[in-house]
Amino acid sequence: MNRKKRILVTGAFLMSAVLVSVLGIYIKADALPPERVIHITAKTFAFSPDSITLKKGEPVVFEISSGDRKHGFSLRAFGVRSDVLPGKVSRIRFTPDKTGKFSFSCDVFCGDGHEEMTGTVVVTD
Amino acid sequence: MSKFDRRGFIKLAGLGGGIVFASSLSRGLGLNALGSLPDYAKGKVENDFYFVQLSDTHWGFAGPKVNPDAEGTLKKAVQAVNNLEEQPDFIVFTGDLTHTTDDVQVRKDRMSQFKEIVGALKVPTVHFMAGEHDASLDRGDAYQEAFGKLNYTFDHKGVHFIVIDNVSDPGAIVGESQLNWLKADLKQQKTDARIVVLTHRPLFDLYPDWDWATRDGSAVIDALMPHHNVTVFYGHIHQENHHMTGHIAHHSAKSLMFPLPAPGSVPKKAPIPWDTSAPYKGLGLRSIEAELKQAKYEIKELNVTGG
Repeated sequence: MNRKKRILVTGAFLMSAVLVSVLGIYIKADALPPERVIHITAKTFAFSPDSITLKKGEPVVFEISSGDRKHGFSLRAFGVRSDVLPGKVSRIRFTPDKTGKFSFSCDVFCGDGHEEMTGTVVVTD
Repeated sequence: MSKFDRRGFIKLAGLGGGIVFASSLSRGLGLNALGSLPDYAKGKVENDFYFVQLSDTHWGFAGPKVNPDAEGTLKKAVQAVNNLEEQPDFIVFTGDLTHTTDDVQVRKDRMSQFKEIVGALKVPTVHFMAGEHDASLDRGDAYQEAFGKLNYTFDHKGVHFIVIDNVSDPGAIVGESQLNWLKADLKQQKTDARIVVLTHRPLFDLYPDWDWATRDGSAVIDALMPHHNVTVFYGHIHQENHHMTGHIAHHSAKSLMFPLPAPGSVPKKAPIPWDTSAPYKGLGLRSIEAELKQAKYEIKELNVTGG
């Protein structure tokens, strides 16, 4: 293969690769619904917000930060939890696959009032 | 405890081999609490013994609607134990000796005050363990200063006691290091050894939404499982609860400060308010009899020629 022909083949290959990846991203973006981001703050001794409404099948990411000390966030109905550390954002991703009312709580003992650190997730159709 | 109650308990405990624990919970903290002799003391058998479990005393708690006698309840419990006609071999406190506080000095003061009060117990041997209120905010620093180790073992009349710490990690985790320590200790025990585990939180998932669990408790239970005679006594949930994980019985104790509702029975966990018509209702302490099973003798007759 001469040099000119080689450049042409390489160019065509690269163009195809770019097209495939652009198409791939497009298809992917088209196939998956966007994640809904919900910011939650944990601070002695409450979550804000403490009531969250979600839609079944809608992917969601909880971005949880601490307003003071180490806490935990546990939503057992969907098998998700995370430590919540000061100065960091903890991310929990999940897609609710059932409807109903589910409680979440702090599962890292944080002081007198820890027991009150609870909230509710309501998942609707 | 009536004979009927005692039979019921033994059936629940399901401990066929070697040892049976019979537990009685006092009905209140009046002068008559634990006033009658435990069954053990009535018909004492060599090597049988009993001990007393007190739990969740929450010294330092203040809430008149929940317990208007917050400063007197622990002292009454000490008196109730001292009034026992036959003193127990030892006493265990299964955690939350003090109520939590952010103030390090107040935490230390509460521990000192607690020690002073329980120092009036006649029984010389007292084994302490921590609850999350004592140890979770400083990883057990103040507790260890006042009471010693967070996890340890001791032996009494052929029974091996293992104290497991599931509170000094605020995430309710026993942790790999302690699990290895436990496994190494269990390795020294025969599979039919009589083992009692003392801890604060339930080792099984009693009701995790209320923090009534140990995150890696199943690993502890797995380690205990090869041993045939294991019983767990714990606190934390401020009420009596009896549960089996396989052949391992788990028994929680009442609190000496405030009772809590049954697991999941109300939307939000909160102390049950004081009942003026029945003071100290839901509070109590327990005696535990360790009845060592009578030795069995298998007799084989031999004739003079050895046949």
